[in-house]
Amino acid sequence: MGEVISSPLPFLVVLAPLIVAAAAPMLGRWPNAREGVSIAGALATLGLVAALLPDALEGKAATASLVELSPGIEVTLRADAAGMLFALLASFLWVLAAVYSIGYMRGLEEQKQSRFYAAFALSVGAALGVAFAANLLTFVLFYELLTLFTYPLVVHRETPEAVRAGRKYLAYTLTGGLALIGAAAWLAMLGVDASFRAGGFLGEQRWWTDGQLWALFFLLVGGVGVKAAVMPMHSWLPAAMVAPTPVSALLHAVAVVKAGVFGMVRVLIFVFGADLLRDMGAWQVIAAASGATLILASFLALRHDNLKRRLAYSTISHLSYIVLGVALLGPLALTGALLHMVGHGVTKITLFFCAGAIHVRTHRDQVSGMAGIGRQMPITMGAFALASLSMVGIPPFILFTSKWYLGWGAAEVGQQAFLILYMVSGVLSAAYLFPIVIRAFGERSPAFPRFGEADARMVVPIASGE
Amino acid sequence: MEHLPILIPLPLLAASLVVPLAGLWAPRAVFPLSVAAIALSAAMSALALAEVVAEGEALRYTLGGWAPPIGIEYVVDHVSAFVAAVITSVALMVVVAARRAAAREAAGRRGLFYALVLLLLAGLTGMVVTGDLFNVFVFMEISSLAAYALVSLGGRAGMFAAYRYLILGTVGGSFYLLGVAFLYFTTGTLNIADTARLLAETEPNISVAVGAAFIFAGLGVKMALIPLHLWLPDAYTFAPSSVNSLIAPIMTKVGAYVMVRMFLSVFPEGYLTEEVPVSQALIALGLAGSVYGAYAAMGQRDLRRMLAYSSVSQLGLLAVGIGIATPLGLAAALLHVMNHALMKGALFLVAMSMRMGAGVSDVRMLAGVGRRMPVTSSVFAVGAVAMVGIPPTAGFFSKWYLSIAAIDEGLWFVLAVVLASSLLSAVYLFRVIERLYLAPAPVIAGGADDGSESDAAASAQDGGVRESPLDVTLPMALLALAAIVLGVLNVVVMERVLEPGL
Repeated sequence: MGEVISSPLPFLVVLAPLIVAAAAPMLGRWPNAREGVSIAGALATLGLVAALLPDALEGKAATASLVELSPGIEVTLRADAAGMLFALLASFLWVLAAVYSIGYMRGLEEQKQSRFYAAFALSVGAALGVAFAANLLTFVLFYELLTLFTYPLVVHRETPEAVRAGRKYLAYTLTGGLALIGAAAWLAMLGVDASFRAGGFLGEQRWWTDGQLWALFFLLVGGVGVKAAVMPMHSWLPAAMVAPTPVSALLHAVAVVKAGVFGMVRVLIFVFGADLLRDMGAWQVIAAASGATLILASFLALRHDNLKRRLAYSTISHLSYIVLGVALLGPLALTGALLHMVGHGVTKITLFFCAGAIHVRTHRDQVSGMAGIGRQMPITMGAFALASLSMVGIPPFILFTSKWYLGWGAAEVGQQAFLILYMVSGVLSAAYLFPIVIRAFGERSPAFPRFGEADARMVVPIASGE
Repeated sequence: MEHLPILIPLPLLAASLVVPLAGLWAPRAVFPLSVAAIALSAAMSALALAEVVAEGEALRYTLGGWAPPIGIEYVVDHVSAFVAAVITSVALMVVVAARRAAAREAAGRRGLFYALVLLLLAGLTGMVVTGDLFNVFVFMEISSLAAYALVSLGGRAGMFAAYRYLILGTVGGSFYLLGVAFLYFTTGTLNIADTARLLAETEPNISVAVGAAFIFAGLGVKMALIPLHLWLPDAYTFAPSSVNSLIAPIMTKVGAYVMVRMFLSVFPEGYLTEEVPVSQALIALGLAGSVYGAYAAMGQRDLRRMLAYSSVSQLGLLAVGIGIATPLGLAAALLHVMNHALMKGALFLVAMSMRMGAGVSDVRMLAGVGRRMPVTSSVFAVGAVAMVGIPPTAGFFSKWYLSIAAIDEGLWFVLAVVLASSLLSAVYLFRVIERLYLAPAPVIAGGADDGSESDAAASAQDGGVRESPLDVTLPMALLALAAIVLGVLNVVVMERVLEPGL
């Protein structure tokens, strides 16, 4: 992992969103001030993360140790390379989301906006904590807090449907969290130093029997797999689509599912390590599950007319790209997976922002109702088209690069079958995204009223998303 | 401060004699006097805790100067100082917060009410600091009798609940006394340290085994171990809300403490695990209780009854920790004594506050209360999250250490049940949170307020639901805050207080 230097910065990165969260409800009567604080906080967080970058690029990991949570186990935040990547992604997208939320929430006159901004900031803070967590207990702490803080966002609409979605969300993610807690308690009991280490810490310890190792594997992978929405643990994600669009963006692009796949990286590479997983033959289990998810979710996306649901299944599919890339255990595939994590975050947030902008302007959510909408909202749909191209994996967009690495990585480890899976799924992505673009620009619907372009506050983040 | 051990229960006992008289001549002085007595006792407990931690050894005090086997000895070690500090400080918070509720529920009998409260606390602290088996029984009966009387203040249903509690509680007390008598046959002493020494020397015999069985059956009633919990749901539901918020967090915990004491300083190490299957019984019943309690709580409509079943569930976890009987298991149990006292204190005060502010305790009627009573509701949310056991709240860490202790002993099913029971508790607690925050507020007059963030317009049509005053909300907010802060700082409690004591 290279050199470790002590620095309060990782701690400040996690703290900054908390300050925003504390300020938001107090400024509830002055929406401009509240949202100003939200944007300023997002920018400050991004700045703090950026300040960590020089050290991270030199291979030094800035580390902040806080209070001891359990004898011998401290809350430790460490900005290593993988964590920095996730933190940069989350804090950058938070800036966009903070600007976009204003347009969206005001445009729809949503209720309880202070609670929304506070919970949003808390969720980002928890996600940053997940990114910088240097050991398993710290990871579990922030992973659970992330669940807790996103719950008010999922149920934001307070409709019976939202409440049901919230229950489902809690049931899935809390169960996953308990699996992680079980595993963490087990390791703590053994006095195992569960600090994340490149190459894994279990490989060199050899206290386990095969049965114990598999049990640990299923607890940990199952625990993070819930948030990574690997089938069959995915059904909370489409259900959570009832939440406002910025929340969907948070769930899909910024924090929650990314915390899941990031957790997968941590568990597979930093807990078990590639060698151990290869010895166990465990990678095939994940590869099979994520490969199946990849294709199935793409087909399911085709079936859905509701734009946000279609995007949700697209997310499930693309998350499995990443999980599969990690599970292939090759350096190229891992690079591809991390790139895909970033690229998918940026791209998917664009798509969701577009869906939200359409909803605010036209109150239409069905793909079939969007004929000719591109003529009304050229910038929004233009961005949508670009993001779709990227999603399918057409050069020169980022997701082309990541898919290139993923495919190459699959070939490198001799798994051409997965290369084919990636290609098939790319075609399917085209099949569920391009018709939307074509219909939006190509067809003309006579009964279509004039809506005009969306609010600038929503357009700017959309456009800058690509 | 050689008198420190006796100074913990003494202020309470003395005040319980003064307060009824004050009730006759100066009713206004009753409340300040009682609070002062409890605060004094809490301060003494804190002082004793500080001294024990600093000195590293127990404080011993012989009543009237009579040497131990003949006289009564009071012992404050790490564990008893810890438990005494927890119960007195939680009691202080609760009694302060419950002032208005008590004024209404015990109107005209305020002197007697507070005398009973003080007797209850004197009994509980006495059980904690005494070093004498028979003296435990005496204090247990003092606290129990006071509790029966307090529960009976809750109207007709309260009287029935109190009667049931009286019958079962007396059976429990008698069992305990019988058990002590059986031990006395063998040892001829009632002093705890003496008993431990003699029991370690004697061959295991049937009299000691029967004694252990009776003692634990009796204590099982006191700590509401399933299936001996039958008194608890009614007593907690129908007692006046000023009473149940006092009884629920601390009463059963002291029963649990005496159990820990039996493992720790009465029976020889391993005796209760190998010779008499007390450990195994505690684990089995505890697990059953933790699942059954959570399951029963899901179906409850009354908030207090739901919390009562939740107590059955949490006390089950406590029994599991005691049953594991390793130092870590006992430490987990004692940590849970503190955590559960804080959380349940906060939650029962929430129930009280909602009864006062909104006039309801039916979960279904709580729709929209989240906005009208923001502090009370957020205390509930924090308490619920702590109860489910999400890090870094206190509730997480008792389960954390309990899990580690269970795995350490290879009890994998214990780990599974402990984790499953926290999912079950999430079900019934989030159900209430949904009601508080997400259900549409009942429309009293005019249209529902949609999206407007100003409370001014809303409060005109809220049907009189309003937040409780500061003297209610502050103590319960402090308890909720403590549940977070002591969670983060749990290592201090574990390493400085519990580990040296075990």
